[in-house]
Amino acid sequence: MDILITGILLGGTYALIAMGLNLQYGVARIMNLANGEILVAGGYFAFIAYTATQLSPILTIFLVAPIAFALNWLIYRIMLQPLVNRAKTRGQLETDSILATFGLSFIGVGLMLSFFGGDYFSYSFMAVSVELLGNTYGANRVLSFVMAVLICGALYLWLNRSRPGLSIRAIATAPTSARLVGIDVKHLSALAFALGGAVTAVGGALISTYLTLDASTGVVFTLKALIIVIMGGVGDVRGTIVAALLLGILETVVASLLDPGLTLAAAYVMFLGILLFRPQGLFGKKPT
Amino acid sequence: MSLTGTDLRNLCLAILAFGVCALLPFGDNGYWLGLGVTIAMFTTLATSWALFSGPTHYISLATAAFFGVGTYVTGLGIETFPFWALVGLAGIFGAVLAALVGLATLRLSGVYFVIFTLGLAELVRQVITWVQNNTGQKGLYVLTDLDEAGIYWWLLGLAALVFLTGWLIGRSRLGFALRIIGDDETVAAHSGINTARAKVLLFMVPGAVAAMTGAILAPRYVYIEPSLAFAPILSFQVVIMALLGGASRLWGPLVGVIPFTFLLEAVSSNFPNQTTLVIGMAFLVIVYLLPSGFAGLVDKVMHQVKKRETF
Repeated sequence: MDILITGILLGGTYALIAMGLNLQYGVARIMNLANGEILVAGGYFAFIAYTATQLSPILTIFLVAPIAFALNWLIYRIMLQPLVNRAKTRGQLETDSILATFGLSFIGVGLMLSFFGGDYFSYSFMAVSVELLGNTYGANRVLSFVMAVLICGALYLWLNRSRPGLSIRAIATAPTSARLVGIDVKHLSALAFALGGAVTAVGGALISTYLTLDASTGVVFTLKALIIVIMGGVGDVRGTIVAALLLGILETVVASLLDPGLTLAAAYVMFLGILLFRPQGLFGKKPT
Repeated sequence: MSLTGTDLRNLCLAILAFGVCALLPFGDNGYWLGLGVTIAMFTTLATSWALFSGPTHYISLATAAFFGVGTYVTGLGIETFPFWALVGLAGIFGAVLAALVGLATLRLSGVYFVIFTLGLAELVRQVITWVQNNTGQKGLYVLTDLDEAGIYWWLLGLAALVFLTGWLIGRSRLGFALRIIGDDETVAAHSGINTARAKVLLFMVPGAVAAMTGAILAPRYVYIEPSLAFAPILSFQVVIMALLGGASRLWGPLVGVIPFTFLLEAVSSNFPNQTTLVIGMAFLVIVYLLPSGFAGLVDKVMHQVKKRETF
């Protein structure tokens, strides 16, 4: 039982991170492999804010979000928009954006290494335990989960109830048709990319309250987010959340029953199953 | 098989070039030979990588996984089998692993393939580490009488084999099918090409070659452990070198390997912490400045010269 709850708590934060990537890939059509570095940067920010000024990570996210938003908006406008413009086919854009974001990812790691060094960083924030259903859990984990649920919920409502949300969903479904009904695809793609980056950075700030990170762990989170997005179905919020919870539970089960060193291997086996049996995602429809 | 005059000339030049390269260990046994081994290794890896990724445009990051499997084949079997058998065995393991990965992912779009191969090395590494932890074994010692010059000659031979394979594939029906797939996969499928089969078959080439390279280089490491054998950075270096040189030509990757090896060598000895930054920059250079590599640039210039001549 406590394995299940720990898994769900972990899955909540995963959902937030994967949601960020899904916005970037589903709407802006950029498979952003530098996603994990944005996450680690968000974590560093929270770490520095907490150790220097005792600023609570819950408040830090209100600083992290706009900064990450602006940074990702600039990245999209300056570096990725030219690739979108020059790509003749979807496949070419995929190859180009994968290579470009790999470049950004390595540069991100390199910059963080030279500024902060290669050490692990962690801080103790709310390291007290709370009791849930007879077992005790770290308060920081529970709080991160609650924040992730709130942010995911807000995003879900915004995407499904607001005018820009509707436009963004339209782009995710049919980018060429969206243009024909007067949606500013360029502007909204940049917006979705920036928003995705902000969500991921907030996820990083939250995850840093209970996990130990270092400058080069980003790629692990990128991989997990990618697996979740593909499992849940590209552009599918509901699928992303279910897939993230499943991954969180699976990882916790493997880590506590088998070996903590095998978590990524377990995630991969799950990914392989999806590729073989449901490549369109958990709730995706079969392509015609 | 009919060879034209140009083919024969190129073949003779290639044999001559390999002959000259094979003389290196007689000239120097220290720094330059070490660099020669590195260059031969990356030439083999990048050229075989480009054989698959050049025509299909799939970006494979599985090199480190295959390489690691190869080093482990040597590490585990060095006590019982002769070295040449291990290299062959590694090739078979690499090809089988590549076929499995290909069957799972190559029917789908390129993104799935990239993501899967990106984590493949990590997957194999975690499994091996786990097995080692459970059996109480830590690492493997590879003790042979093979010296640096021997490793160099082995690699050079493998490189020659890769170039020969690439040249033969280019002339075969498979090579023709792959060029069509690269241009337009829908057209290829409609003209009766089994695209998934062609891609899986071709992907087995870099898989086998990378595993054999790993098997050959294992004696150089002496002590093998998972984090060393499956270092993911290797996959990225190979991608950069092949793309910098240009994956569309057989000789393209070679043009990328040599300058980039020197650059990385210089950077890692002077600013050891900045190698990731250099690799990141290299990716951006490829995407924004040299989208089809040096080879593409040369082709473009030649094309313009020819155009001017006709006027």
